[in-house]
Amino acid sequence: MSEKKWPETWQEVNPGCMVFRPGSAAAYHTGSWRAMRPIWDNVKCIKCGVCYIYCPEGCVTEDADGFFEANLDYCKGCGICAHECWPGAIKMVNEED
Amino acid sequence: MGKRVGMEVAIAAAEAAALCKFDVASVYPITPQSHVAEHLADIVNDGRVDASFITVESEHSALSSAMGASATGARVVTATSSQGLLYMGEVMPITSSMRLPIVMLIANRAISGPINIWNDHSDIMPMRDTGWISFFAENGQEVVDMTIQAFRVGEDRRVMLPVNVNMDGFQLPHMVEPIFFPDQEEVDRFLPEYVPYATLHPDRPVSMGTLGMPEIYAEAQKAKDVAVVNSIKVVKEVWKEWEKLFGRKYEPIQSYRTRDADVALVTMGSMGETAEIAVDALRKQGVKAGLLKIKLWRPFPFAELKKAVKGIRVLAVTDRACSFGGPGGPVCSEIRSALYEESVRPAIVNYLIGLGGRDVQAEDFMEMVRRAAKGKLSEPYEFYGVRG
Repeated sequence: MSEKKWPETWQEVNPGCMVFRPGSAAAYHTGSWRAMRPIWDNVKCIKCGVCYIYCPEGCVTEDADGFFEANLDYCKGCGICAHECWPGAIKMVNEED
Repeated sequence: MGKRVGMEVAIAAAEAAALCKFDVASVYPITPQSHVAEHLADIVNDGRVDASFITVESEHSALSSAMGASATGARVVTATSSQGLLYMGEVMPITSSMRLPIVMLIANRAISGPINIWNDHSDIMPMRDTGWISFFAENGQEVVDMTIQAFRVGEDRRVMLPVNVNMDGFQLPHMVEPIFFPDQEEVDRFLPEYVPYATLHPDRPVSMGTLGMPEIYAEAQKAKDVAVVNSIKVVKEVWKEWEKLFGRKYEPIQSYRTRDADVALVTMGSMGETAEIAVDALRKQGVKAGLLKIKLWRPFPFAELKKAVKGIRVLAVTDRACSFGGPGGPVCSEIRSALYEESVRPAIVNYLIGLGGRDVQAEDFMEMVRRAAKGKLSEPYEFYGVRG
């Protein structure tokens, strides 16, 4: 059963717009906002984790080898990781490319 | 059955909140509200109510922390005035949107500039559209009664909205008046323990104050509007019950000698009593004067107003705030708009009076009625008594 993202009618809005389902924000995929996406060059990457620390969405994760990638369901393409990455291992590319 | 005491009204307002056994008071002092803040602090310090007093660095923090406390299920009181209310402005619509039944005691004071600490309604008027229920008290007794009523109305599960109790700065909070206080047992019976709809608690996760995207914002606003509109039923029900219990009558619009009135004044707040004196004096002179006193400003009592103006030829609406470049004072523009669809409606004139604490005496109200009798002033709204 697919869960509704928001109430259909005003009558269904909880008082105070309260949300009783914990973690419901995860259902909202902010990745749809993205115009550019980050690409990691693992040759240049020194595994410092600055991208992981600076990602305002918390969507950068570390893989088993210690390299990093973004969860594209949530990455808004803000480019902060690429800006902060001092070895220059992250490049922002257009979504269409 | 209660007791009658002589008490400064600001102190009495805090005492009324104490009778309601508030859990949290979060207040920043500002003239002419300061005695409310100070006395609430005294009450907590003396251990008379099992409550916390949050000392804050600003009104913005006062209302924000009041909201946080209310979200945990506490019964919360705050108080402010003038610039302090404007500083709370950002938080005001959030409080009502989150449906937190905080009670705010407002000692109405003019807003700057020029800087002015005296009474008018220019502080509450910019808060008109924030979704709070607004009571206007006429005297110290009404301040006490309305404070207790405010908790009952706001916490009602059919309402769940914050309520502000407006008292004209200095004219009310700084006066010593004879006031009937109900007994604690009477208040306990009238105001049951607050049972919140939801509280912030780790065992029962809930998100409050969430994001509302374009897909849901309009529905959220509609739901809030319906809540505010429908709250009038509960206000009237609670006021009826209060009258039965304590014998003091409250109505959204209280009529005074309007049955055969030709010209009726409209007031809100403490000037109602002065206007009553003017109406009595005019009646002695054979002038069929009357008076409508608005006690409930939000939700606006449209049906009650239409009923109250029946048979009246001219309404002389007084406003205590300006709407610069607008259609007149905020009270008058509401009334004009409310009566627009009526096939038979009174002529309406608008006086801006008592701005920034300017004294308005019974003789002034008599003069307003005499000049309103023509049904028209030389301008759409008049700054009554302004020099020049």
